[in-house]
Amino acid sequence: MTTTAEPTTTSEIGKARVRKEDQRLITGRSRYTDSITPSGTLHIAVVRSTLARATISSIDKSEAEKAPGVHGVFTAADLGAEEIGLPCAWPVTPDQKAPQRPVLAVGRVNFSGEGVAVVVARSAAAARDAAELVEVDYEPLDPVLDMEAASKEGAELVHPDLGTNVSATWVFDSGEAGSGGSVADAIKAAEADDDQIVVRRRFRQQRLIPGFMEPRSCVVDPTGEQLTIWAATQVPHILRTMTTVTLGVPESKLRVIAPDVGGGFGGKIGVLPEEMLCVLLAQKLNRPVKWTETRSECMLTAHHGRDQIQDLTISAKKDGTITGLDVHLLADMGSYLGLVGPGVPILGAFMFNAIYKIPAYKFTCSNVFTNKTLTDAYRGAGRPEATFGIERMMDELAVELGRDPMELREQNWIAHDEFPFTTVATLTYDSGNYEQATQRAMELIDYAGLRREQEERRRSGDPVQLGIGISTFTEMCGLAPSRVLGSLDYGAGGWEAASIRMLATGKVEVTTGASAHGQGHETAFSQIVADKLGVPFEDVEILHGDTQVSPKGLDTYGSRSLVVGGIAIVNAADKVIEKAKKIAAHLLEASEDDLEFANGQFSVKGTDKGKAIQEIAFATFMAHDYPEGMEPSLDSDAVFDPENFSFPHGTHLCAMEVDAETGRVNLRKYVCVDDIGNVINPLIVEGQVHGGLAQGIAQALYEEANYDDQGTLVNATFVDYTIPSAADLPSFTTETVATPATTNALGVKGVGEAGTIASTPAIVNGVLDAIRHLGVTEIEMPTTSQRVWKALQEARGHKAQETPSDTHSPGAGLGSIDPNNPQGEVQ
Amino acid sequence: MTEVRVTVDGVNYADDVEPRLLLAQYLRETLGKTGTLIGCDTSNCGACTVSLNGQSVKSCSVLAVQADGGEVTTIEGLARDGQLHPVQEAFRECHGLQCGYCTPGMIMAAVDLLGDNPDPSEQEVREGIEGNLCRCTGYQNIVRAVQSAAKNMKPGAQQQTTEQQAAPVAGGGN
Repeated sequence: MTTTAEPTTTSEIGKARVRKEDQRLITGRSRYTDSITPSGTLHIAVVRSTLARATISSIDKSEAEKAPGVHGVFTAADLGAEEIGLPCAWPVTPDQKAPQRPVLAVGRVNFSGEGVAVVVARSAAAARDAAELVEVDYEPLDPVLDMEAASKEGAELVHPDLGTNVSATWVFDSGEAGSGGSVADAIKAAEADDDQIVVRRRFRQQRLIPGFMEPRSCVVDPTGEQLTIWAATQVPHILRTMTTVTLGVPESKLRVIAPDVGGGFGGKIGVLPEEMLCVLLAQKLNRPVKWTETRSECMLTAHHGRDQIQDLTISAKKDGTITGLDVHLLADMGSYLGLVGPGVPILGAFMFNAIYKIPAYKFTCSNVFTNKTLTDAYRGAGRPEATFGIERMMDELAVELGRDPMELREQNWIAHDEFPFTTVATLTYDSGNYEQATQRAMELIDYAGLRREQEERRRSGDPVQLGIGISTFTEMCGLAPSRVLGSLDYGAGGWEAASIRMLATGKVEVTTGASAHGQGHETAFSQIVADKLGVPFEDVEILHGDTQVSPKGLDTYGSRSLVVGGIAIVNAADKVIEKAKKIAAHLLEASEDDLEFANGQFSVKGTDKGKAIQEIAFATFMAHDYPEGMEPSLDSDAVFDPENFSFPHGTHLCAMEVDAETGRVNLRKYVCVDDIGNVINPLIVEGQVHGGLAQGIAQALYEEANYDDQGTLVNATFVDYTIPSAADLPSFTTETVATPATTNALGVKGVGEAGTIASTPAIVNGVLDAIRHLGVTEIEMPTTSQRVWKALQEARGHKAQETPSDTHSPGAGLGSIDPNNPQGEVQ
Repeated sequence: MTEVRVTVDGVNYADDVEPRLLLAQYLRETLGKTGTLIGCDTSNCGACTVSLNGQSVKSCSVLAVQADGGEVTTIEGLARDGQLHPVQEAFRECHGLQCGYCTPGMIMAAVDLLGDNPDPSEQEVREGIEGNLCRCTGYQNIVRAVQSAAKNMKPGAQQQTTEQQAAPVAGGGN
C-alpha cells in the first residue's frame, strides 16, 4: 500500500490535484512533433553507417535520386556542411580534446549508425525506401571498443588527429582544495595500521539507453520571418541558442517550439545532427522539412547513458569510521562529445562522498573515446553512478568488518543536528534528517523481521535465499547556481525565468522557461501561483515550450524545474503583488503600510474596506486612475539564480529473493522514504518516484546496451533491449518525510531523479546479500537470472558456459515472472 | 493502390491506399487521427493500440487493407457525447500518465482487458497490459487506474460523476 502525506490545509500547495494536462492526453488531443505536418512538407531519411569505424571510399546516390518521390540526396559536401560541428557546451578541462562532430560523416564513420547521407522525399516512406538505394563503399577499420584499453598509451585511436583517446582527465583532491586531508596519506596510514582496513573494488556502470517513448522528431518551417523549429526536445531555449552557434542563423530569426514531448529523461537534452540537417535543408529547399526517427534509429543514435568503470578504494578504522575514499573513473564518451556529455561523470565528483563524513577524498575521472554511440545525460546524470559506487562500497566495507550495513552507514553519516554541513567535496548541505527517513523505511519493510527470515532461510538451506538491499542516498538537485557552473566551465548559467501577466478579467497567464515533457508543470506551477496570488487554480494558465511565448529560459533537466523555475514564478508573483499593492492603496485611499494581502484580497487593516486582486487587475487594465510615477501594469518578470543546490535524500530498502538453484531473481518488496522537502503535489511526487524507481531497478536487473566485437549494437530494438513491462515490476511502497530546504522560498528540493539514483544500488546490494554466503562477491549489472546463476556456478567451482551477450536472452526482461507460475496466480 | 472502406470512430471512410500502408499510418496520415501514436517498429511498445472490430490490435502490425469493412475505435472515439470512458477517467484520477505518449495505447489495451476480464487482480492487470510499455510511471498508477475503472464499470457501481456512466462497454466501435 502506498501512502502519501494528506493535505493538511486548504492551500493549493500540498494538495493532490489531478493534472490539468491529462484531459487532452487521455482523449488523443495531443500534439507531439510527428503529428505536425505543415502543407508542402518534405520528409527526410538518414543513410546510416553499418560499421563502427571505417573510411568512406564512395557514395553512389544515383539509384536513390531516381526513386519515386525523391527530391534529392545529399552528403555533407553537397550541403556545404563539412565544416559544421555540433556543439559541446561543457569543456571540463582547458585542454579537453574535442573532435568535430559532423552533421553527416565526412570521409570516415566513427560509430555504427552515424549519418552518411540524407534523402529528401515527398513522404517518409519514399525517403526511407530511397535511403536503402544509396550505395556506400567503406574501407573497414578495427573499431576501438574497450574504454580501458583505449585509455592506454599506444592504443588504436578513434580520432588519430587528437593523438589520444582520453578526452580529458578531471581531478578533485580534498587535500589540495583544503576541504579535507590527502587520501593517499589516509590509505597509506590505513595500510600500515593493524587497526585499520583498506577495501578496493571495481564496479561497472553498464551502458544504458534512455528509451523515452516518443521517438525524436523535428519539423523546420522556413516560410515565416522567423524559421520555426518544432522539436521533441527538453531544451527548446538551448536548442535555439545552439542552432545559432552551430549554423550561424541569427537567434532572433529562430523560433523553437517543444510541443507535447513524450518523455526525455535527459535523452532529449542534445542538439541533434538531424535537427541541424532539417534547418539546412529547409533553408536550401525553401520548404518545410521533417524528420522522425524509427525506434531502431533511436536506440542506435540517440545518446546513451552511464558506461563507467569505477575503481574505488575506501579506508576505515576497524571500529567502522571511514578515513578516506579514492575514486578513479573511466567514462566512455562514445565517439564524440555530446552537448553536456563530458560533464556528466564529473557531476559525480560531488556525490561519491554522499551522506557520509569522509575526512579525505579524491576523485579522478578520465573521459575516453570509443567507436560507440556517444553518451550524455540520462536520468540522474553522474549522480546514479556515484551513488551506486558509494552505496555498494558501504556494503562491501560492512562485509569486510562484519558489521550490519545500516548500522555502519549510521555511524558515518551526517547527523541531523550537524546541518548545515559542508562536505569534503565542498558542497554545503542545508538540511536533511537521515535518521528520520531511515527509521521510517525500516519500520515499513520490517527490517528486523526480514533479517530473521534471512537467517532462517540460510540455516534451513532454503533454495530461495533472501537478501536485504540498502541505499541511503542523497543527490544535488536544482542545477544550478550559475557561479558554480562557471567554476566548472559549463557553457551556460543555471538560472530560470518566469513572467506573470494579470489579464483584464482577472485570469492569470504564467510563462516559464522550464519545458515540461511529462512532469506536470502546468498543474504544480498553477498550484503555486493560485496560492501566491489568491486566485482560483483554474484561473491560472501555464505557458511554456515556445520561445515566442516564453522567450527566456534554460529548460528542464537536473531536477531543476520546481527548485529553480518554480522559485522564479514565486518571485514574479511577489513583484505582481508589490505593484498591485501600490494601486490598491491608491484606490482605497490608504497607506500601503496599512494594507494586508491574503487570499487574493488587499484589505485595510482594522476596516472592512478591501479590493480583490482581480479588481486591481481590471482597474490597472482600464488605467483611468492609478498612482503617479507608476506604469499601468501588474505584469512582472523574474529570473532566479539559486544560491545553492538542494539536497534531497532518502532511504530505500528492498527484499530480494534469489533462487540459488536457478538464479531467478525476484524483487519481493521495495520501500522508500524520500525527503524532498516540501511537497507541492503529492500525486505528482508519487508518480515521479514510481517512474524513477522503475528506471533505476531496470538498470540493476534488466537493461544494457550490448555491442559485439565489431562495434554493432546488437540490441537496438525493444525486442532485445528489455525495458521492463508492468509484469516485470511490483508495486512500491513510497512515503515522504520533509525537512524543508532552507535555500529557497518554497522549501522544495526536487524529485525527478531521486528514484533512479537511489534504487540501483539497493537492488544489487540485495541480490548480493542473498547469496554472498554462498561465495558470490560480485555480479555485474544487469543482474539477470542468467548472470546470477553463472555467479553461483562459479562460486561452487563449476564452469559456466560463456555466452557472447547475456542481457537480452529470453526471460531477461521477465525477472518478476515466476516460471513455475507464469500466470502469477496468488497462492 | 487498393480501396479500403472502414469506419473509424463512427465515421465511414473510403480511401485508395498503398497495399503496404499500415493501419497506424492510415489513421495518422490519411485520416489525421494523430491521437494514435507510434513508439516503435517492432510492435513491442503498444502506443498505437486501437480497437478493430471489438478487439485491441497494435495498429502498426495491421495493414490498412486488413481493416477493410471493419470498425475501428481509437482513443479519439472512446469518449462519447463529451463524456469520458471510465478508463480514461480513471487514468486521470489515478495519475496513470505522465508524458502521455503511451497513454492512448495503454487506455485502449486496458479497455480490451476489462472486456475480457471485468474484475482483474493486480497481477492480471500487469500481465494484461504487458504488451504496452511505459517509461514514465513505473506502471503502479496505471495498474491502479485499470482496477479503479473495473470497479466503476461494474453494473450498479456507485458512480462518482455522471461522466462515468457513459459507455461502460469495453471495446467495440461507436
